[in-house]
Amino acid sequence: MLELQGIGAGYGQAQVLRDLSLTVDGGEILCLLGRNGAGKTTTMKAIMGLLPLMSGKVLLDGVEVSALPPHRVPRQGLGYIPQGRRLFGELTVAQNLEVGLMARGAGADVREQVLDLFPRLRERLRQRAQTLSGGEQQMLATARALCLSPKALLLDEPTEGLQPSMIDAIRQVILRMRAQGVAVLLVEQRVDAVLSLADRVAFLENGRLARTLPAADLRADHAIVDRYLGV
Amino acid sequence: MEFGPYLLLASLEGAVTAAVLALTAVGLSLVFGVMRVVNVAHGEFFMLGAVLAWWIATTVGGHPALGFAVALVVAPLIVGVLAALADMTVLKRVAYDPERTIVATIGLLYIIQQVTLMTYGPEARPVEPPFNHRLAIPWIERVEGSWQLYYPWGLSTTSYKLAVIGAAAVVLLGVWALLARTRIGLVMRATQLDRDMATAFGIPVERVYALVFGLGAALAALGAVLVVPIQQAHYLMGGDPLLLSFIVVIIGGLGSLPGTVAAAILIGLSDGIISVFFSPTLAKIIATLLVALVLVFRPQGLFGTRAA
Ligand SMILES: Nc1ncnc2c1ncn2[C@@H]1O[C@H](COP(=O)(O)OP(=O)(O)OP(=O)(O)O)[C@@H](O)[C@H]1O
Ligand SMILES: [Mg+2]
Repeated sequence: MLELQGIGAGYGQAQVLRDLSLTVDGGEILCLLGRNGAGKTTTMKAIMGLLPLMSGKVLLDGVEVSALPPHRVPRQGLGYIPQGRRLFGELTVAQNLEVGLMARGAGADVREQVLDLFPRLRERLRQRAQTLSGGEQQMLATARALCLSPKALLLDEPTEGLQPSMIDAIRQVILRMRAQGVAVLLVEQRVDAVLSLADRVAFLENGRLARTLPAADLRADHAIVDRYLGV
Repeated sequence: MEFGPYLLLASLEGAVTAAVLALTAVGLSLVFGVMRVVNVAHGEFFMLGAVLAWWIATTVGGHPALGFAVALVVAPLIVGVLAALADMTVLKRVAYDPERTIVATIGLLYIIQQVTLMTYGPEARPVEPPFNHRLAIPWIERVEGSWQLYYPWGLSTTSYKLAVIGAAAVVLLGVWALLARTRIGLVMRATQLDRDMATAFGIPVERVYALVFGLGAALAALGAVLVVPIQQAHYLMGGDPLLLSFIVVIIGGLGSLPGTVAAAILIGLSDGIISVFFSPTLAKIIATLLVALVLVFRPQGLFGTRAA
């Protein structure tokens, strides 16, 4: 479904990602792990076309999205939940969702489905995004991405700074997306949270893929995690 | 001589200045707000609007109202398209880098000015107002214990000037509605708030920029078309609107549209009143001084909320 073929990317002259290849199938959760600064966020930006690729390509459902202008990438069905949420802070909850809905011309039915997943947002449609609590903001960031009815979903540390009940709510949504056949690429720091969720885990080290393996293997042998993350 | 009627007259003159200034400054503010660039050529788009209005009015002929009506629609449209083209060919190339955009728009300023000089010439030319009734200014006085309306001798304004104020108010309401109530406005605001996230949600940021740049220039041109029956079109007329727009945008708080309108009214009215009672030069001096004070003591602008 989502396929990265030997991508290289970086900021200006500084290359961060080198020859990175990954595949995430529909209905699969691939978790990307790596130390701070390993290039996880950079990977997501490169997939979204927000950073120009130095090499390689990104395919979604057979379409070479990396050949498209950046604003056409999400329209192919890529939903992005960025690190730090990055909501349109001065816009209301409803307007943030509207931006998501516009991307692929989705209608009121999609909006209703998304709001059913996050009833708390429904109560706050006219509230400005920047005045939401941290957990509500994360819900909104997630809901905004779901408004694209994505084929693939990119989540960059969605549980950062959230309390357990909120983490669980986000988790349920991720599982539901998997059940609907969405390809989920998840970046997470909290390994324990990841292991119960992911199907496969990929370790990123200095912008290169160090290893990819089934999550079950990690659950069996926790030492691998310590080796790559050096906890 | 009574003071009141003169103050009313001065306020009316000031309101006309404020109306045109609000249109021009909102254009500048919109461009700065959404694109984070300073358009030094803004005054030239104003001038271009006035010159095109003259050209259109003369070409169309017939009743002055006909030519003026066509100019009111077509001149801002042409200027807007030209500005959008300039955005796509020049500003996009310098990647909207703030410093390089200033230099690029300075270049644009001279190109527009010189091309106008070469084609339109150095003359100042008037455009006939579509209607122009003299309206005596009423005042009230107390005669034998009751209030009476009377018309002080020699004080008057014109129906056209009042229409300028009304037209500007309508257009500003339209801009507000566009931003607050429409999809395109939502897209513009999302782009303003977070360019990368806008892109990540399918918004063609470069096209939004071209649109905003065109819209900003068109607003300046519209202000100029409105003012040209009062002021005459001249190839150097862009300097004052640019300076005053900068003053207004800084006082109003960079990129804040309500602040810009409020500051335009403040500067326009005080300009009118000070010009009538003292001198236009003093008005400009005070406005510039006010900017300096605002920059020192309240850099976010009088009406701005966040630090600039
Ligand atoms: N805008 C930028 N300009 C230059 N370098 C950057 C930029 N953003 C990130 N980098 C660099 O790229 C490298 C990878 O950063 P990235 O944000 O992808 O890390 P990460 O794996 O997401 O880390 P974290 O776990 O802390 O979020 C880092 O060395 C970082 O300093
Ligand atoms: Mg990161």
